[in-house]
Amino acid sequence: MYTSLTNRRAFIKKMAVLSAMTAAATMFPGILFASDQEKNLPKGGNLNWKKAPCRFCGVGCGVMIGVEDGKAVAVKGDVNSPVNKGLCCVKGYHSVIAMYGKDRLTKPLVKKNGRYVETSMKEALDLVASKMKETIDNHGKDAVSIYGSGQWTIPDGYAASKLFKGCIGTNNVEANARLCMASAVTGFLTSFGLDEPMGCYEDIDHADVFFLWGNNMAEMHPVLFSRLLDQRLKRDAKIIDFATRTTRTSAAADKSILFKPQTDLAVANAICYEIVENGWVNESFVEKHCNFNKGITNMGYGLEDNYSFKDKPEKIDFAAYKEFLKDYTPEKVEKISGVSAKDIKYMAAYYGDPNKKVMSLWCMGMNQHTRGTWINNLVYNIHLLTGKISTPGNSPFSLTGQPSACGTVREVGTLTHKLPHGVVTNEEHRKFAAKIWDVPVENIPAKPTYHTVEMFRALDRGDIRFMWIQVTNPMVTMPKLKRYRDGAKKEGRFIVVSDIYPTPTTDIADVILPSAMWVEREGMYGNSERRTQYFEQMVNPPGEAMSDTWQLIEVAKRMGYEKQFYYSEENHIEEIYTEYRKHHDNKKHNMAPLEVLKENPGMQWPYVDGKPTKWRFNSKYDPACSNGEEFHFYGKPDGKAIIWQRPYEPAAEEPDSEYPFWLNTGRVLEHWHTGSMTRRIPVLHQAMPHAYVELNPGDAKQMQIKTGDMVKLTTRRGEITLPASVNERGVPTPKQVFVPFFDENMLINDITLDSFCPISKEPDYKKCAVKVEKA
Amino acid sequence: MPVKSYLAHPHNGRKQELIESLSSLEECEVIPAENQDLLILVTDTEDNFQEKQLKGKLDAIESLKLLTMVSGFTTQKNDK
Repeated sequence: MYTSLTNRRAFIKKMAVLSAMTAAATMFPGILFASDQEKNLPKGGNLNWKKAPCRFCGVGCGVMIGVEDGKAVAVKGDVNSPVNKGLCCVKGYHSVIAMYGKDRLTKPLVKKNGRYVETSMKEALDLVASKMKETIDNHGKDAVSIYGSGQWTIPDGYAASKLFKGCIGTNNVEANARLCMASAVTGFLTSFGLDEPMGCYEDIDHADVFFLWGNNMAEMHPVLFSRLLDQRLKRDAKIIDFATRTTRTSAAADKSILFKPQTDLAVANAICYEIVENGWVNESFVEKHCNFNKGITNMGYGLEDNYSFKDKPEKIDFAAYKEFLKDYTPEKVEKISGVSAKDIKYMAAYYGDPNKKVMSLWCMGMNQHTRGTWINNLVYNIHLLTGKISTPGNSPFSLTGQPSACGTVREVGTLTHKLPHGVVTNEEHRKFAAKIWDVPVENIPAKPTYHTVEMFRALDRGDIRFMWIQVTNPMVTMPKLKRYRDGAKKEGRFIVVSDIYPTPTTDIADVILPSAMWVEREGMYGNSERRTQYFEQMVNPPGEAMSDTWQLIEVAKRMGYEKQFYYSEENHIEEIYTEYRKHHDNKKHNMAPLEVLKENPGMQWPYVDGKPTKWRFNSKYDPACSNGEEFHFYGKPDGKAIIWQRPYEPAAEEPDSEYPFWLNTGRVLEHWHTGSMTRRIPVLHQAMPHAYVELNPGDAKQMQIKTGDMVKLTTRRGEITLPASVNERGVPTPKQVFVPFFDENMLINDITLDSFCPISKEPDYKKCAVKVEKA
Repeated sequence: MPVKSYLAHPHNGRKQELIESLSSLEECEVIPAENQDLLILVTDTEDNFQEKQLKGKLDAIESLKLLTMVSGFTTQKNDK
């Protein structure tokens, strides 16, 4: 696949060394090889090292890219980055290879009579603009849409939001981050009134105990996990893995506790019960800084088209909350969750111990959940009841999976209800955005339109006729995929896909636009700890490939929005970022100036008086606190955070006699999401060439299935056959199977369910019912 | 033309001996960790036969406690 580098063999040897260093760093945190990374560079090379954030997950590791003769040929961890301190994972070390796959898209392709025909970028962009105008004329502005991702750079997302919301006048802007962290957003908003973690990665250096809630950090966030292991070695910090499946994380943890899918809700409430019952509540903190609310229950699961839900928060008092918790004694919850009362008390005791600093970390296990907002609320409850929040080492911390899920989707606001500052439903927020965008405020509709699942349903129904998809692969990732693939292929739909490689999503496109990848253009990402990181253009994109930002600008100009899209080709990234900063020009969210980003390995917001804010809501660290108290949760009008009464409710589809197993899906270390990049990196592809189905060894024995045997999985949506994996990388609990979703040849999402959290609208990829048979 | 990398663990107190033994083999490149008893070993051989021969030599090194493979690449001959 990858053949075009100079002195390829020397390069490969270097990569082999770096892979070994990565592994060594994971196994032996803090291990040093000093300058040996550089010693192994290709001989005679003239490498120019430049800094960038890693292209892959949301950790936002700082990497140094070695550029030689106009090509990116090497990667090393940036020792100056406070995120990864010089470490990298196997994906990061190999990331530049993903730019040079032999099937890289370099020319625009237009579908004519069922075949793709090469054209020029000018003609392709003309066609995109004219089709968008034609669709608006014929079907209205809400018939056009854009679907981006947490891999959009900040300028990409900003240009998309400004074009669609500000200029065209539709809120049909969504991003794949809806599929991975929307529940984290609504969790933050409902509990604190403002999005994104109050703490930062530095919490890891202070915490005594780490609780991982359904979070396989060893594979998904290996560099951060190595920092946890490092703290265990140095300070005897404890790692507790709370999950539905035994993984590499469980193996490395001090204690692994398994629970039945969906019952984390009950266990979290039981921990709160124990905290209250044992007198571990930080009463002065709760009294000063917390309110108690309850909301609507039995919300449904969003399975039907046009489903809508709006929560109705209702104030309660502490006594009512205590009464509610009586349904969640450890003994009662043991029966629901399969977690022993002893283990529940063990967890509660760590949270309740005033001398232990506790960090809770989570990612998809809690977010991809039909009660995702609730379980986020419940973990915040634990930290609020004990006052273990917003101080170094006491930190509920939601991790993200994409390099700019926070920076672009959450902060720029590329979701249907969002604006860069605030929400579309708020008139003041609309006025504020309209002024900066230089558009009439009437342009921005006051009502959100479609969240992601509903947007693809609208495409299927014909309510949406034009969709532009950038830097994401929904024809692998959408749940209940077959419906949405068939819908996208219907007559009268026009799909534009901007990407770097052919994917199942480019297969449904009418126009394919070749995109510039990562350091082939200039941009910024924002990571999980509110750190915005800049990267310059280091190499030229191949052929006619163009950045997604500039594609949007070119189309905007063709549609008549030259005034709003005044940016110059030479300086458009700086011009956009400078304009974008105006949306966040306040103490609660100020972004660092571009020159600061250029000089540093990223900078955390709020950036106030030349300083980043590491711990929000704590007056010692956060200049936005203004109530004269130690803490100020200023996202809420009265400055108080909310402890929510949220019950346990079952999943949308649970195993029964016909479909007796749980189906859980997720990721693997080697591949990043749908594998469209990492499967073009030979060493990663060879290490993990195809998907598989993990079975519990007891179930496998009963069905006489061994590793490599073909297994048929059947759900109410369809069936798929995959090779079995027994007692290998992961071990699901009995009556559960796990399948990774990276393999476009084994599309597990053809059989998953499109249920979602009614508040966040994030689908639950972790739970549906499946029949398992030896094929 | 296989290129492979390993983590090589020495027996207690024999790290230097292991470095010397591995460094003496033409097909091996060794990078010792500065603060742990661990070496990175990269092997670069002409073909599978030579690699098998090398494996035999590695197995005979007494100071070597454990060899864990980390990555493997096979490249074309004209790449060198």
